Amino acid sequence: MSTSLRNNEHVVLAAAAGCLLLAGTSLAFYWVPNAPVEGFRQRIFYFHVPIALTAYACFGCAAWKAYRLLWTRERRYDLESYTAVHMGVIFGILTLVTGSIWARTSWGHWWVWGSRQLVLFLVLFLFYAAYFMLRYSVEPGPRRANMSAVYTLFGVALIPISFLAIRLAEDLVHPVVFTHDVQNRLTGSQLLTFLVCLAGMLALAGSLYANELTGKRLDARLRELREALQ
Amino acid sequence: MTYLGDVFALARKDLLLELRSRDTVPAMLLFVVSTLVVFHFALPSDASATAETGLLWVALLFTALLGLVRAFVAEREERVLDGLVLAPCDRSAIWLGKVIGVVAFLVAAEVVALPAYALFFRPVGWELVAAVALADLGLAAVGTLLAAMAAAGRARELLLPVLFLPLVIPIVVGGVGASATDDPGRYLAFLGLYDAVFAILSWASFEYVVTE
Repeated sequence: MSTSLRNNEHVVLAAAAGCLLLAGTSLAFYWVPNAPVEGFRQRIFYFHVPIALTAYACFGCAAWKAYRLLWTRERRYDLESYTAVHMGVIFGILTLVTGSIWARTSWGHWWVWGSRQLVLFLVLFLFYAAYFMLRYSVEPGPRRANMSAVYTLFGVALIPISFLAIRLAEDLVHPVVFTHDVQNRLTGSQLLTFLVCLAGMLALAGSLYANELTGKRLDARLRELREALQ
Repeated sequence: MTYLGDVFALARKDLLLELRSRDTVPAMLLFVVSTLVVFHFALPSDASATAETGLLWVALLFTALLGLVRAFVAEREERVLDGLVLAPCDRSAIWLGKVIGVVAFLVAAEVVALPAYALFFRPVGWELVAAVALADLGLAAVGTLLAAMAAAGRARELLLPVLFLPLVIPIVVGGVGASATDDPGRYLAFLGLYDAVFAILSWASFEYVVTE
């Protein structure tokens, strides 16, 4: 198919993801000095935040593909949007897990309702898990593709609205790293490590996305062939 | 017919249908009152005002859900939706007509629920009434679109709550905030923002949900 990456491009992307993540992990554990207040445990920041941003990127990508589907009515965007949501949910679960570990080490509890990002990801996880329910419950076809696309577009509207809602509902417990407060600002080495990890996570998501998309396309093609044979 | 003419004709159809069959609204009324009674026994006797307000919002949410599950039943069973989609009117008019019907049902349920809440728990202030009015619009706007989606699925009674609840969490935040804190303005403004964003989105995207 015209848009799928060729095999060697898959390999290059996967290799890039592997190298970047290896480099990021080594930097995060051996190079960056301990953070002044949080100490050693702050290093989970280099995994938790890039994973969360990657999940947002996946949801954003899914919404863009959904928008393209509604605009151009080209069928291939349906699978692409679905795959992007799939990746977003995986990274969303990882965000919940790493955030939970961070909350445990920082505040002593596995779950903290005061942590906005965690609550937001819980809401998003519930929302996008329902996306799968919707897909499995409706017969495959153009109407399901349209519905899935509309639902995905609701997702990007829900992210800022939920964030605002949680902000309105909550007190401030989560450490905010990107502030203008001089004491809390990222230093050069921290920023570099963070960026390497972020690039690694994005490459990993891209690589998983390309693989999953190929798999899903094969699946769909196989089903079509089977129906044609019957 | 003009756009608004279509909308009112469709809303009138829903209201007339309800007036004659009395399928949904009596059930919603009974449900909301019995939920409040259940909550009285579920709450400890020294429960705070915030807890009681929160439970009122939970009751309203589930009552809305009850009405929404029924919203497209007639359309589905009698295959009305296929006819409406073929009719020479804008598809978003179908959504808007349905929203008006759903809001009317919700208001009917709340006209009973709020006095019952005042009787059983505590007096109802203007903030709560304003928040409920704003929340109705948001619940109906989002709920109608999702109900149309769920109606196309196999397990629609199961699917709708799963789709609906994560999307309306902000409404609960806004509603509880407006009725339980000292500064209701911010929360009411937030509810207004939610209504505007999701009403526009639903209005614009309904066509895609009912067509191929």
